[in-house]
Amino acid sequence: MIVQTSGKKSPSFLDEVIAATPGGEKIAHCMQCGSCGGSCPNAADMDHTPRTLFALINAGQREKVLSSNAFWCCVSCYSCTARCPQNIPITDIMYALKRLSLRSGLAADTDAPALARTFTGLLDRYGRSFEFGLASRYYLFNKPLSMLKMGPLGLSMFTRGRMSLVPSKIRQLDQLQNIIKRAREIGGES
Amino acid sequence: MNYGYYPGCSLECNAAAYDFSTRKVCEALGLGLRELDDWNCCGATEYFTQDELTACSVIARNLALAEGQFDQLVAPCAACYLNLKKTDGLMAGDAGMNTKINQALSAGGLNYTAGAVNVRHLLDVIYTDVGEEAIRAKVVKPLTGIKVAPYYGCQVVRPANGFDDPEHPVKLDELFTWLGADVVDYPVKTHCCGGHMTQISEPQAFELIRRLIQSAVDSQADVILCMCPMCQLNLDAYQRNVNGYFHTDFKMPIIYFTQLMGVAFGIDSKELGFGKEIVPAEAMIRRKLAAVAAEATA
Repeated sequence: MIVQTSGKKSPSFLDEVIAATPGGEKIAHCMQCGSCGGSCPNAADMDHTPRTLFALINAGQREKVLSSNAFWCCVSCYSCTARCPQNIPITDIMYALKRLSLRSGLAADTDAPALARTFTGLLDRYGRSFEFGLASRYYLFNKPLSMLKMGPLGLSMFTRGRMSLVPSKIRQLDQLQNIIKRAREIGGES
Repeated sequence: MNYGYYPGCSLECNAAAYDFSTRKVCEALGLGLRELDDWNCCGATEYFTQDELTACSVIARNLALAEGQFDQLVAPCAACYLNLKKTDGLMAGDAGMNTKINQALSAGGLNYTAGAVNVRHLLDVIYTDVGEEAIRAKVVKPLTGIKVAPYYGCQVVRPANGFDDPEHPVKLDELFTWLGADVVDYPVKTHCCGGHMTQISEPQAFELIRRLIQSAVDSQADVILCMCPMCQLNLDAYQRNVNGYFHTDFKMPIIYFTQLMGVAFGIDSKELGFGKEIVPAEAMIRRKLAAVAAEATA
């Protein structure tokens, strides 16, 4: 079990992570067994495995944690969550760290936030995701050199009727947009 | 039971084969799915990355639209299923979030009572509600001789869906034994396909895809059966790129489990969306079934 260190090392960072995660208080039950990193398909690409992140969070190492690439490697497979002997919602903590990292301006150099923003920008606009819009915008602004490489794949999808050039929209778009606007106001995101 | 159908965005286009085959198979099984009117995108993993309350509110709009109309909401896509289920569970267990989400919904004139709608994955409904006897009774073309690798992936079975084991799920395996297929036991059936990493870091994603297909090949599988549009896209559409990257020569067909179910039920393959897969699957299925038929008459 993690024992809270004395106040010198900004202990409030642990509280910040807990407050940002549903069920986040369980992070205090981490016993540093490492099942999470051992279960993670992308652990080899992380600068710190989840176990290390939890120790760093407890030690108040805010900057080191929020600039880590670890949670940006997380694709939400939930293997760590399923295996954690202390039932810590690790995947949800990874989501919370992504959000805190974006807000803090410390986010590691990765295309993941751009993909997320492009995706939800289209959702806000149409109420549905729009794969052609997502792929074209995301690659154009983030990976222009990869666009050529994606050509054959895009063409294969298009010729099989698996990619539409026009977005699908919901009817009550106003209703959804009002909900999104209110949620941002309540959450302090607007 | 009253089944609402939440197709999700992928099934509108990229995974249309999953939508066609789901509708056809459920019709054959007499499930009476009705599509939820004017549903919106679940936000996949991308909204939770940025803003939790908005992520949940966007998802909860669907639950609110379903409330009072359906007692079961069926999602074939793994991400949609998990998001709907997770939000319903969060609203039931966290009074503060429940209040905030409903405040956001009220801006659209909506409200959702946590627990009012039972969010189900399609496999659960087929396996549990329809069951073995009724499914066996529908088989007109047993899948004898086809070696299938059931692929569960991540978000249908994890974190814990209550209908199958998160580490060693068996329901899709069992379903295909009822249909007469040879189900192969391969060790990576719950491993990750890389999710959105194909868009962010190809080397990371490609290695995960390679392991999955290689394991199915080693187990002599003829086809991998998916129940998630992301898994199908990564394994099928990126298989050519994976071959280029690792100098492999995979030609592993990747289809939705409902497509092969439809074949066993004698539904015309065009109505099941065959031909939309990039690695061709149909000729192999025909060949295998014909070989068994020829053997039986010999």
